[in-house]
Amino acid sequence: MSSKLDAKIPEGQLETKWSQYKSSVPLVNPANKRSLHIIVVGSGLAGSAAAASLAEMGYKVKVFCFQDSPRRAHSIAAQGGINAAKNYQNDGDSVYRLFYDTIKGGDYRAREGNVYRLAEVSTSIIDQCVAQGVPFAREYGGLLSNRSFGGTQVQRTFYAAGQTGQQLLLGAYSALERQIGLGNVEMYSRHEMLDVVQIDGTTRGIIARDLVSGKLERHFGHAVLLCTGGYGNVFFLSTNAMGSNVTAAWKAHKKGAFFGNPCFTQIHPTCIPVSGDHQSKLTLMSESLRNDGRIWVPKAQNDTRKATDIPEEERDYYLERRYPAFGNLVPRDVASRAAKERCDAGYGVGTSKMAVYLDYASAIERYGKQQATKIGEHNADKKRITELGKEVVKEKYGNLFDMYAKITGENPYEVPMRIYPAVHYTMGGLWVDYNLMTTVPGLYALGEANFSDHGANRLGASALMQGLADGYFVIPYTIGAYLSTQIREKAIPTDHAAFVEAEQKVQATLDQLMNIKGTKPVDYFHKRLGKIMWDKCGMARSESGLKQAIADIRALREEFWKDVRIPGAQNELNPELEKAGRVADFIELGELMCVDALNRNESCGGHFREEFQTEEGEALRDDDNFKYVSAWEFKSTGNFELHKESLIYDRIKVSQRSYK
Amino acid sequence: MEGSSLNLTLKIWRQKNAQDSGKFATYNVSDISTDMSFLEMIDVLNEQLITKGEEPVAFDHDCREGICGMCSMYINGRAHGPWNGTTTCQLHMRAFKNGETITIEPWRAGAFPVIKDLVVNRSAFDRIIAAGGFVSVNTGNAQDANALPIPKDDADASFAAAACIGCGACVASCKNSSAMLFVSAKVSQLALLPQGQPERIDRVLNMVKQMDEEGFGNCTNTGSCEAECPKEISLDNIARLNREYLFATLKK
Repeated sequence: MSSKLDAKIPEGQLETKWSQYKSSVPLVNPANKRSLHIIVVGSGLAGSAAAASLAEMGYKVKVFCFQDSPRRAHSIAAQGGINAAKNYQNDGDSVYRLFYDTIKGGDYRAREGNVYRLAEVSTSIIDQCVAQGVPFAREYGGLLSNRSFGGTQVQRTFYAAGQTGQQLLLGAYSALERQIGLGNVEMYSRHEMLDVVQIDGTTRGIIARDLVSGKLERHFGHAVLLCTGGYGNVFFLSTNAMGSNVTAAWKAHKKGAFFGNPCFTQIHPTCIPVSGDHQSKLTLMSESLRNDGRIWVPKAQNDTRKATDIPEEERDYYLERRYPAFGNLVPRDVASRAAKERCDAGYGVGTSKMAVYLDYASAIERYGKQQATKIGEHNADKKRITELGKEVVKEKYGNLFDMYAKITGENPYEVPMRIYPAVHYTMGGLWVDYNLMTTVPGLYALGEANFSDHGANRLGASALMQGLADGYFVIPYTIGAYLSTQIREKAIPTDHAAFVEAEQKVQATLDQLMNIKGTKPVDYFHKRLGKIMWDKCGMARSESGLKQAIADIRALREEFWKDVRIPGAQNELNPELEKAGRVADFIELGELMCVDALNRNESCGGHFREEFQTEEGEALRDDDNFKYVSAWEFKSTGNFELHKESLIYDRIKVSQRSYK
Repeated sequence: MEGSSLNLTLKIWRQKNAQDSGKFATYNVSDISTDMSFLEMIDVLNEQLITKGEEPVAFDHDCREGICGMCSMYINGRAHGPWNGTTTCQLHMRAFKNGETITIEPWRAGAFPVIKDLVVNRSAFDRIIAAGGFVSVNTGNAQDANALPIPKDDADASFAAAACIGCGACVASCKNSSAMLFVSAKVSQLALLPQGQPERIDRVLNMVKQMDEEGFGNCTNTGSCEAECPKEISLDNIARLNREYLFATLKK
């Protein structure tokens, strides 16, 4: 264990750590809260929930987001649902089981203490959201409905059609807007954080750029919370929003915050395949579709027949074949690798041959029969059953099917969807302790921006859970541990030398970017970076590939700083300048991801090193040598030092993950 | 489905900043795949412009999967273009014909001032929500979620209203620049649920007051908002808003 890493996991029994912590953490009295300033960067589930909750408690809060409104943060695009250990279905769920599934799903690379707390507070999240008026799906009896997600054998996922993220975010956003209306939060939309300000090694604020005027601003805070999401866009093509970026986290990393497990990337198995070079982003088809859809490829290689012309006995339902216990609901990393394996072996479908089928025909028939029975049509013919089945599927997944039709021009009610894995989420992120504080005092990371809860693979419907857990139920307690030491610190005027110097450095970088006046647009570099990352640090990685990638990325970085062309000026809305800054950071991060992947001589979860696999092609962990969190310290560009946080499992018996 | 390719003429509104008066500029793009999204077509144009040393067209966009509400183009006289129930980012080029001229403008409304080119300021919507579009429940105050059964039909109707993405197409499509569909969607979502009852009266009064102060116009029931809404929010919500408002004014 590195001496610089103290996870601060409370002592005691796993089940009582959090409750004991809550009753012993120092408090800040109401009068002192009013003079403590907190900066929240990012307004997604973690950011909005944290900002609203902290403002309700009496702290002075400022929120920053780069979008035109806090409601547009990318949490809004989460489709399928949110997990919680409510056991409303009476199917054997419990806090322990959610904890266990999450640790196992993460391939034994997450902390027991954090994950247990996550499972514990999950139930309060659902209560809070319902109280806010979040319209979750309900049964006819008026109670909440659940569905299944990958990596579990219970139904614990709460949902609002295929728009769960939207409804949860609008709930958190409305709580945030309420605090803005009350004057407890100052909102800075169309602002981007470009650096953190430190005085004597302690976080004291940020430098932000007003994206409309181009002016740099200085903001003081006793604490800064980075709720800035993941870095999947390092791959250029991902399911992330176009603006999702690593800049805030990367600036913090360069100021001393260690980066945890950067190579742990989630490749989501069910996305709409790439259609051509013009592609700007990829679209997810919710994991909830694997509840009812069946995934298959033809049994014959290079089968060019239409899907509907391939008879049942000539189809290979490869997930059901390989993993009979979990079938189509294996975790994401397993499902993605299995799809890649089939396509690489020549069984892929569609014009690119880099796709597999997600088929609803049998679900439509099953639901049609159920519905016919329910409405008393006992002699319904096949056509009528199909018609009824399509209606049921439409109610459950209609918006997803519509989206598929718009993007591909095909009707998924009639022909199977074509899907392929795509970059979706990053389990890695800034290293944080149990309090969610980074290695820099006063600097926190919440939600996808931190590394903490998902190990090497996140289970479906757990990102929303973690974002809201961190924002609503963890940080309001844990921040007291630090802010109670800050009550004597007056707000520091922003003409302090540390602010001036930080702003000058940001200005110098912007000047440097504008003055390159090269020949290639930012996207040219971003696409090249994405290709390097996808080919060599994507679903399968190898020592030689990663070494090559590091060399390629270094060369790309040189070229970027010599040849990027940014039109327009600094003192105006300039989306190309914004992108350039983000891509510059992605290039540096890409190198660290490859360095981390190269260091981790094992396969676990989403990190698959070709050299380390079982005979059946499953990920082969090396617990003797790699049962640790990699926490990287930035030394200089391209130079990182590794610190290790050993993972200790007191409750769970670490074993080879099996979904067979 | 195999795509084909298009050559197009684009007439796009260019406006340097809020002070500039702005004008249309004409551009040509070629070999546009019908599999591209509309915004990917704009990406192609922008890459051309940057390479030629010209300024790219500024436009709002983020998720590109029809849910964040950021994209906001007025295409050939229709908010979000020719497909019903679709945001600009989900509009695909197979909606257009080879040789076509496409006119692209920003949202036009007094309450949505242009920032640059196709980018407008929609912060008025946030202020309307801040005025009352919430349930006043602090974190930690909630009872068990299933202690409050809600009839499925009410929950479904509330969800249908809550599907609003706050893009502002309703305002842009309305000849009066009315924000009634947006406001009614939030008022309806909460009025249909038991959680929304305690603040029902103040909510509608405060949100409507803020809406008026922001300079949005009146509703004259033309229905263009519903026709152009990418999430197909129903006009029934406006009827409900009117009832809620009348009820609230009588109660106060």
